[in-house]
Amino acid sequence: MGTIVETILKKYGNDSTRLMDILIDVQNEKSCISDITVKEIANGLNISMADVEQTLSFYHFFSKTPTGKYTVYLNDSVVAFMMGREKIAKAFEEAVECKFGEVSPDGLIGLFNTSCIGMNDQEPAAIINNRVFTKLTPFRVKELVKDMKAGKNINEMFSASTGDGNNSHELVHSVVNNNIRKEGPVLKDDIAQGEIIEKISKMDPEDVINEIKDSNIRGRGGAGFPTGLKWEFCRRAAGDQKYIFCNADEGEPGTFKDRVMLTERAELLFEGMALAGYAVGATQGILYLRYEYKYLQEYLEDVIKRAEEAGLLGRNIAGNKKFEFNIRIQFGAGAYVCGEESALIESAEGKRGEPRDRPPFPVEKGYLEYPTVVNNVETLCSAVKIMKYGSEWYRGLGTLESRGTKVLSISGDCFHPGVYEIEWGFTINDILDMVGGFDVQAVQVGGPSGTLIAPNEFDRILGYEDLATGGSLIIFNQNRKLLKDVVLNFTDFFIEESCGSCSTCRIMPVVMRDKLVKIMDGIGVAKDIDDLFEWGEILKASRCGLGQTACNPIVSSINNFRDLYTSQIKTAKDYETGFDLNLAVQEACEATNRVPNI
Amino acid sequence: MYQTIKFTIDGKECIAKKGQYLVDAAKENNIYIPTLCNVEGVKPKGACRICTVKVNGRLMTACTTPVAEGMAIENNTEEIIDLRKSIVELFFVEGNHFCPACEKSGECDLQALAYKFLIMAPRFPFQFPVRELDATNPKIVKDHNRCILCKRCIRVIKDEEGKNIYAFKKRGHKVEIIVDPESADKFTDELAEKSMEICPVGAILVKEKGFSTPIGQRKYDKVPIGSDIEKVTKIKNEVL
Amino acid sequence: MSKAVVATTSLAGCFGCHMSILDIDERILDLIEVVEFNKSPIDDIKKFTKKCDVGIIEGGCCNSENVHVLKDFRENCKILIALGECAIMGGLPAMRNGIPIKECLEEAYIGGPTVQGNDQKIVPNDPELPILLDKVYPCHEVIKIDYYLPGCPPRADLIWEALVALIKGEEMDLPYEVVKFD
Repeated sequence: MGTIVETILKKYGNDSTRLMDILIDVQNEKSCISDITVKEIANGLNISMADVEQTLSFYHFFSKTPTGKYTVYLNDSVVAFMMGREKIAKAFEEAVECKFGEVSPDGLIGLFNTSCIGMNDQEPAAIINNRVFTKLTPFRVKELVKDMKAGKNINEMFSASTGDGNNSHELVHSVVNNNIRKEGPVLKDDIAQGEIIEKISKMDPEDVINEIKDSNIRGRGGAGFPTGLKWEFCRRAAGDQKYIFCNADEGEPGTFKDRVMLTERAELLFEGMALAGYAVGATQGILYLRYEYKYLQEYLEDVIKRAEEAGLLGRNIAGNKKFEFNIRIQFGAGAYVCGEESALIESAEGKRGEPRDRPPFPVEKGYLEYPTVVNNVETLCSAVKIMKYGSEWYRGLGTLESRGTKVLSISGDCFHPGVYEIEWGFTINDILDMVGGFDVQAVQVGGPSGTLIAPNEFDRILGYEDLATGGSLIIFNQNRKLLKDVVLNFTDFFIEESCGSCSTCRIMPVVMRDKLVKIMDGIGVAKDIDDLFEWGEILKASRCGLGQTACNPIVSSINNFRDLYTSQIKTAKDYETGFDLNLAVQEACEATNRVPNI
Repeated sequence: MYQTIKFTIDGKECIAKKGQYLVDAAKENNIYIPTLCNVEGVKPKGACRICTVKVNGRLMTACTTPVAEGMAIENNTEEIIDLRKSIVELFFVEGNHFCPACEKSGECDLQALAYKFLIMAPRFPFQFPVRELDATNPKIVKDHNRCILCKRCIRVIKDEEGKNIYAFKKRGHKVEIIVDPESADKFTDELAEKSMEICPVGAILVKEKGFSTPIGQRKYDKVPIGSDIEKVTKIKNEVL
Repeated sequence: MSKAVVATTSLAGCFGCHMSILDIDERILDLIEVVEFNKSPIDDIKKFTKKCDVGIIEGGCCNSENVHVLKDFRENCKILIALGECAIMGGLPAMRNGIPIKECLEEAYIGGPTVQGNDQKIVPNDPELPILLDKVYPCHEVIKIDYYLPGCPPRADLIWEALVALIKGEEMDLPYEVVKFD
């Protein structure tokens, strides 16, 4: 009998590239990863303690100190605040008798903030011991804390009813709701399991790629790279093994459609992965799933198992000896940047989720240096539909530049937040009409890295040619203070989620935040607005999309809501530091028992 | 046999081996592209972004980008120089860089770049972060105040078994370099010296050593950084 | 041509920058042909007697008096030059930034290795004394500064070139060696 850590290490073959899984298991078993444990892991993997530390300290959900028998992670994204997060936080703090960022003195309950957990349509929401609790009220918080103090099992803490669809499946057993408001051709459940696998297994892989290429589908994660081309590059790349990754790390605040697709269309997704594998010649698929969706693990593993039993995964798929494909789930541990494909690969290799320099691109050198395709959940699901109905059918949907449909995650100030699948090409006005947006002041298209749009631009259309989006739309009504509630929150999000590897993204957002706060404090001058605008340009020298867009909340709001800034400028002076002598002498006065003599 | 390719830097025709990193290719054509995190012969990381150039109109780091036939590189344009200047300035406000008190002053690459770009004062407000100085290791002092997080130490310094000694901790603006806690006994004088040498600033110092070269004789006292590649002795002042 | 009026001061500095002004050696004779010093330790004028063309500031702001003097300079000088590392970025005094003031004072007056005879453990707190600021501020984080001349101290040649350029309204043409941060 070895120690807990030894058992875990053994489970993953003492393979340092599985460090993420090892740390996740250790964290769940021991509620923290102490120095002694770090040493044990390092020895077991034959790497240095510093190596373990560098991965461990990167991810939000790993901790070196105990996080409590019950660990509460309360979402602190924009929409959570809009839906009353502050009251919930206060209720938790009062009931638990400790502050956020702390663990109760008896070590029972830890309270922590966390970035968007993909529940924007049912906020305020929190993750407690890997289970999600949505639509929290102060009353519900009291109930939950009472249960925790009574030592209840987390699964007994659910109220009587579970969510819709598979959320009520015994392996999910969650209060989360899907809120699918509009099903389009991709979401529609119209394919018999295995039908497409059967069909493509008789096709030449090149023909599969050509079909996808002909459909003109572009990546649905946000970057919009043509999917068929990506597959073709990977197929052409030399390598005795190839990998298909499904990027299910949707961390862009306001996005939750992948969560719904994973809950309701997992079979479709896994067929999409197998399809991609067949097309590029990969036999291994990895679903990189954000830790926030850990509650789906058992269910998804069961879907994989059932697919294996049905001969849709494994060897000799559909009787084709050349068709082999396996899928495993790789969890992240709380890092938005891992949604960037090369950071995702680094993370899956057990490292810090730092984006790689390109070239080489993942299709040439990806996971473990092998050619790798990374596709979004929605892309892979769409691919299956394309193989069913044909590329011509798909090209008939959407616009010339943006073919097909887009599954949107819509939240904020509207009557019907949830998931909508629509063809590309509709205007913001159309969408507001569809979701019952009211008294709208602004719409954030594409999450914090996207654009904040004002009503005079609501006739712009969704599509790669105009407003590209990974699917997140957040609606703000006239009561929202855009600078404080939205721009500052988003900027803090980028500061929190920067990997810190490149200089620009590590430093610039912090400097810009200070200047934003200066303006909000009413001590800004006109030049401060120009500075913010100019400084945003510097971020374009960052390595990845996160860094390059980290200034978007500020820059796009200056572009479209300049009045919000200029109205804060109280002085005609051309220079104002905001230096306050009274404030500056306060500390010394206290230290020396003096009254200010200034 | 390698393939020779042609490309241009600021309009000047250059020749390089295909696949060579831009920084190295430029160097062979006597053109200096400033770097901080880059170490010749070590896999580049593109961390400092100082070597950013425009490749066919797109911003790319010259240390990580392989040169290809027909590339049009913008290096010494007003836009690129100002970008590099702002990055150097960002480093100066991010940490606590007290040059007059620093053992590396005069031999520091960050300072030398500030000289080259004639930075009189950064345009950004100083952050004055509270940062730690770690002198627990018997051979070296690690001063986080001066660290620019270029990862040179991480990438270059390894122990006898090839394991990492230096590593990143945390993320974002909280990132810092840590030294492997078990490495203390393994630290040879040679390893300490090598660490100090590889650090482009004064963040890793060998204990009881410093200020050994008189002012006037230090690396960047008389000639700007990159002079060995490009002949520059006089810089026009842009301030007054 | 009337002479340009110059004022100088040393705030939280060591007077090294002023020494460097004197280091222009015999050129100081040329300088006084074209400038007239007003408030400055060089001529020991304590208060501004007229508006000045150029104010030269050595040192950053570490206490309330520094702030008053600096603001006084801004009001009385058309152009302000931050001279040296301390004025530009706080310099060595700013190494205390981040350390609580109480700790700094206790180190200086009570517990420090060079403290002798303070048996009553008194930290000076006479109401007449300037009050320390929470941190040492670079001058431009208090008021607007027009030009910066770095160095610790700035080289005499740099100061000379800058003053001449400013008075004559010409561009500076600086050799590499004169702009240094140490």
